[in-house]
Amino acid sequence: MEVLLAILIGLFYAAGLYMILRRSLVKLIIGLILLGNGANLLIFLLGRITKGHPPIIPGESNIFTSAYADPIPQALILTAIVISFGLQSFGIVLIKRAYKVVKTDDLDQMNSTDQYS
Amino acid sequence: MIAQIVFYPIIMQLLLAILLLFCWKWIKWQKVISIIGSFISLGIAIWLFSTTWTQGTLTVQAGNWEAPFGISFVSDTFAATLVLLTAISGLAVSVFSVGTILRARLKFGFLPIFHFLLLGLNGAFLTGDIFNLYVWFEIIIISSFVLITLGGEKAQIEGAIKYFTLNIFASIIFLTAIAVLYGLTGSLNMADLAIKVAALENRGLVKVTAILFLIGFGTKAALFPLYFWLPASYHTPPSAVSAIFGGLLTKVGIYALIRVFTLIFVGDSFLENIILVIACLTLFSGALGALAHQNIAKIFSYLIICHIGYMILGLGLYSEVAIAGAIFYLIHDIIVKTNLFMVSGLIYRIKGTFNMRDLGGLYAKYPRLSLLMLIPMFSLVGIPPLSGFWPKLALITASFNAGNYWLIAAVLFATFITMYVIARLWSEVFWKERKELPKMQNFRYFETLKLEKKIQIVGPIVFLALISLYIGFGAENIQQLATRVAAELMDNQHYIQAVLGDGYN
Repeated sequence: MEVLLAILIGLFYAAGLYMILRRSLVKLIIGLILLGNGANLLIFLLGRITKGHPPIIPGESNIFTSAYADPIPQALILTAIVISFGLQSFGIVLIKRAYKVVKTDDLDQMNSTDQYS
Repeated sequence: MIAQIVFYPIIMQLLLAILLLFCWKWIKWQKVISIIGSFISLGIAIWLFSTTWTQGTLTVQAGNWEAPFGISFVSDTFAATLVLLTAISGLAVSVFSVGTILRARLKFGFLPIFHFLLLGLNGAFLTGDIFNLYVWFEIIIISSFVLITLGGEKAQIEGAIKYFTLNIFASIIFLTAIAVLYGLTGSLNMADLAIKVAALENRGLVKVTAILFLIGFGTKAALFPLYFWLPASYHTPPSAVSAIFGGLLTKVGIYALIRVFTLIFVGDSFLENIILVIACLTLFSGALGALAHQNIAKIFSYLIICHIGYMILGLGLYSEVAIAGAIFYLIHDIIVKTNLFMVSGLIYRIKGTFNMRDLGGLYAKYPRLSLLMLIPMFSLVGIPPLSGFWPKLALITASFNAGNYWLIAAVLFATFITMYVIARLWSEVFWKERKELPKMQNFRYFETLKLEKKIQIVGPIVFLALISLYIGFGAENIQQLATRVAAELMDNQHYIQAVLGDGYN
């Protein structure tokens, strides 16, 4: 399972970086989304995967009696997902706006702010 | 519970932003509330600073969850100083934006978003938890995205795309670094991380994590070679926005770098050498970029990059003198950079252009204003006894002590180029023969403004110029502050003890 997830995360990062390096605006956003999801999965994997052991203390005891899944990575992922969701929706509106104003989808055409004047 | 005041700067900005949201339609009230609120924030920041100064590091555990399990908020001298500087720049920019931002932008919530940005900045400086730092960073960047795009002009949108992409990318790298660090140590509290990372055996992986942090924060701080988003975007929004971005946003990256590399990843000569090389390259590339441009806002953008190099140089040298120099530079730079962008806004208000070729004759027309604008410019160059001189002296001394003459050369080269750029700017904008420009329709020139507006534009510049003068002439006090911050940073046991208490193992 760990190996499978590690390969999947690698693919997410690689695909995300590849998409960012393309010139299309839409692919840029897709690349950022893939990278973000890769990072979320990475937190999940590095929090150690434990199957079928919810972090609940049994009623008759005061401490954990057996191995338990670490709940913190899940809280972190939840936070990160919400944040990246907000940023991505902003990004999608931004590229729509950019397409309307600049009238192109090609990042190479968007160089007026870098020119010498 | 005196320690609770650590929360007050954060809560104050949050309340202010929410209150402003409720006044969505009443722009006049928004202006009044924003300025009064900024004054109160300054008062709170001074209170926090003086309490931290007299009583030492203050720590609060949010929700009373014991460290290292809960989120700690820590106000050591470094954090308190930056909160104070945020409040000072925040007040100046608040007044300046009330005077200069167009009504159309104010109508779409400029002021509430501005205070959300300050909320994020205060949070990032005060938190003692690495994941919480990530969350504050996201609050900062989402607010800055709105501020940079508000208005929706073509240049703004183009700049925003570059700004957006690189900042999100940096955040993802930062998140990846947190994931690896959590996998290695199982902790997120910075003080706890400092202990656990020092005890780790797998030094190779620690180094990789440190490099990830360097890339993530370095992109946000506009270090070489990841600075290209900054000159592409900082000159596009209105000057008030550029002022708060130039003064504080890149400095948050510097704060995070200094915090992480003096607390968690310490004593690694390989990393220090990398940081030194990056610092020199940042100094060179920023200085050379500033030489090439004619747009004054763009020149100031490149000078931001150039001067980030000084602070990173101090961090890379990692001695008490060097870190004190870096902290002094940070204090000086926040005030001066905020002021410079406001100065560029004032020049734009007077002449209606940023281009140096068309500008000229300002000194003949406004001699007193020109002398006022001279103060931040010469402070930036570091002409003694103005404020930029002392930290550069400290950095050169530190490089000399370390026996690294290349660094001295880099510092002097960047200073020389800055001086050349500012001298050229002075002669082009202020001394050159005045050029008649075609009058623009619907543009509110400075001379046609009401006295009230003029005060709102010039007042903040005077305020920050006075603080710059104080930093220059009262350098002894600032040096004392910087030395104390450096001593606290170099001895990371101090921070660990303040957060975890005496009983840690």
